[in-house]
Amino acid sequence: MSTTGRTTGRRVVITGIGVVAPGSMGREGFWEMITAGRTATRRITFFDPGRFRSQVAAEVDFDGRRQGLTAHEVFRNDRFVQMAMVAADEAVADSGLALGSGALEGPDPDRVGVVLGSAVGATMRLENEYVAVSDAGTHWLVDPQYASQFLHHALVPSCGATELAVRFGAHGPATVVSTGCTSGIDAVGYGSQLIEDGDADVVLAGASDAPISPISMACFDTIRATTGNNDDPAHAARPFDARRDGFVMGEGSAVLVLEELEHARRRGADVYCEVSGYANRCNAHHMTGLRPDGVEMAEAIRLALDQGRIDADEVGYVNAHGSGTKQNDRHETAAVKLSLGPTAQRVSMSSIKSMIGHSLGAIGSIEIAATALAVQRGVVPPTANYAVPDPECDLDYVPNTAREQKVDVALSVGSGFGGFQSAIVLAHPTRRTP
Amino acid sequence: MTELVVTGIGVVAPTGVGVEAHWSSLVRGEPAIRPIVGFDPAQYGVSLAGQVTGFVPTDHVDPRLMVQTDRWTWMSLAAATLAAQDAGYSAPEDAYATSVFLAAGSGGNEFSQHEIQGLWAKGPKSVGAYQSIAWFYAASTGQISIRDGYKGPSGVVVSEGAGGLDSIGWARRVVRRGTPAVLVGGTEAGVTPYALLCQATSGRLSTATAPEDAYKPFDRRASGHVVGEGGAILLVEEPGAARARGVERVWGEVAGHGATHDAHHHADAAPDARQYARAIQLSLADAGITPEEVDLVLADGAGVPELDALELEALQRVFGGRADPVPVTAPSSWTGRLMAGGSALNVATGLLAMRDGIVPGTAYLDDPVDAPGLDLVQHSRAQQVETVVVLARGFGGFNSSLVLRRPAEERTS
Repeated sequence: MSTTGRTTGRRVVITGIGVVAPGSMGREGFWEMITAGRTATRRITFFDPGRFRSQVAAEVDFDGRRQGLTAHEVFRNDRFVQMAMVAADEAVADSGLALGSGALEGPDPDRVGVVLGSAVGATMRLENEYVAVSDAGTHWLVDPQYASQFLHHALVPSCGATELAVRFGAHGPATVVSTGCTSGIDAVGYGSQLIEDGDADVVLAGASDAPISPISMACFDTIRATTGNNDDPAHAARPFDARRDGFVMGEGSAVLVLEELEHARRRGADVYCEVSGYANRCNAHHMTGLRPDGVEMAEAIRLALDQGRIDADEVGYVNAHGSGTKQNDRHETAAVKLSLGPTAQRVSMSSIKSMIGHSLGAIGSIEIAATALAVQRGVVPPTANYAVPDPECDLDYVPNTAREQKVDVALSVGSGFGGFQSAIVLAHPTRRTP
Repeated sequence: MTELVVTGIGVVAPTGVGVEAHWSSLVRGEPAIRPIVGFDPAQYGVSLAGQVTGFVPTDHVDPRLMVQTDRWTWMSLAAATLAAQDAGYSAPEDAYATSVFLAAGSGGNEFSQHEIQGLWAKGPKSVGAYQSIAWFYAASTGQISIRDGYKGPSGVVVSEGAGGLDSIGWARRVVRRGTPAVLVGGTEAGVTPYALLCQATSGRLSTATAPEDAYKPFDRRASGHVVGEGGAILLVEEPGAARARGVERVWGEVAGHGATHDAHHHADAAPDARQYARAIQLSLADAGITPEEVDLVLADGAGVPELDALELEALQRVFGGRADPVPVTAPSSWTGRLMAGGSALNVATGLLAMRDGIVPGTAYLDDPVDAPGLDLVQHSRAQQVETVVVLARGFGGFNSSLVLRRPAEERTS
């Protein structure tokens, strides 16, 4: 079966980046933090985690009002939507595109799309409201007199795409993508496909999740996916290290402005990088388990490179999923070896989850933002908290210190519950295309 | 060039389990909206819903899998199997040749309510190991992929009621990029206490207690809609691949799709129907057909007077110039609105109408509003159907339009 990618000659570039991440403020704060190797993991402050197995998370000190949202926007929206709105504001401003009400000289609004990823949507608000309407879990027949009027928004996460479409007057195709922890990569991949296929010229693509709430912590507790390293929160996330014992929950959002290459050129836009390829495969194995061989992720990587007509030996940086679970990091190391061959031994590979935790669906877009900045700036962020090598994870994980390195081609990869594996390829604008 | 054909349909809906049960219920005009069973909804101000009463999960889902999943996923697993059976499809040797690309809406409601209830009443240790995989929106897609061994690029899109059509739009991109078969559509199971309360906050649910008063799209006495559960999953294939595996029956071609967003307000539809009309126009242009070639429109049929009026305005913008009024029916009126499942079920209904030359009427459409240039179908009728437009809207401003056609070699006109 044919496995080619591009359906047209239309190419996609990133012209704007906005980030809401733990431990920092905005895109530049995020970049400064991850290249300094600083961690934002801490004991949970959002609620008393005393009765939970994992008591550590990477929280964002986020206040929607202080980030420019109106009181109404904060009132009606879950935290995941609020963070997406703030990230999108920064991305659009960064792109220089005139979008939104009153914009006279911007792109055709009918040709602007929105693709927002989220693994768990408005879970925090749904839980908080449930506590009220059920009187802390004592009534199965919940009481409507204690209900917010915006619960339909919370029930269906498509509200996130709506808020962005309304905010920027985007009349093109809009959707939320919810493929668990690959949502953030898939959202950027789908957004690129909208442009490639000629259905949009500009797409706001990204992801957002705010899962640091009791039900989310409890459900990862029971399957022991999250860390039990509560005594040293700042060093709890240890991807690829032999002592790793699970991921640290995070939250946040990143939104990118994707733009058709000629559209960006015509207006003289600054380009971070090109989105050269994207692919997704399923392992059809287990909802949460990963086989150590990494075959399906390797397949996704190989296809994504094929789409960009990029040889494995051109890849200089792999932004890893690197969640810090025993099985993930082993699986992913195998997948990179399988797909990149000898290049795997010299490629730089790092996990920023060591610093900002694992924000489920959001992290894929945050990692793409980090990868795009790495390509643009010639600096590779490190894997923090790395001290004890694991014989099964024997690649170059850029331990603890950022590395200056010109990167022509970078990969960002992810795995998610449901058995999903996604890979996206970013290329420097000056990379010579064959 | 036709990119996709529908080769299999799996229905789990208030009208029945299986495509023929659904169709005979519609053709006979048997409304599936009834008083809610399973819990007492009195305090939500809503008493009716379209529930899937004839569904026995153990007939379709392994009990070991049932305990890990919500009712929403049981219905998806069942519908996926029915679709594959209907298509005579078994997993090909190349596991990457099949994708699962579904719409989701509200996730695993009953399962999750139970676990959150336990968490707050008893503490974190009462939360079971399966909450992490039962509730989230990708659960059904992931479980189908694993059960059936499908390793192609999987996806989950959420655009409320428009999701079922949008999943087919996205499946075309998957097929263009080399995967020949995709399971699309979706199901929904939100007739549960908390999910019903959440849906009621939209302000669009009818408070009527008699089915004949509750959900009456395009009727002068329309007062909102009724929610339901279930939906449909369809198998769509690249035509050459379908032929190569010797497929015996093609339900129809997916000839065009268009999607837009009102981008007007977080809840209210835009007052001018321009973007809704544009979605329809995009789908016709994509299919390379004119409005004159459309034999039937399956409308979104919100049942909310203002939304009905906007839908008719959009249809008039597109079809108003025709010499003969285009027939418009709203089959959701028989089942209630199934959110992500509803528009997928309407695709099934459109293909059935095409097969049998029967157009189902709109339930309880006793006193239609004025709709110049449009033919609102009150009662089921015999009519040749070669080309169908299926419409869907999602809460917040999503507009989606899909064009289905009888396969070119079988077309009479």
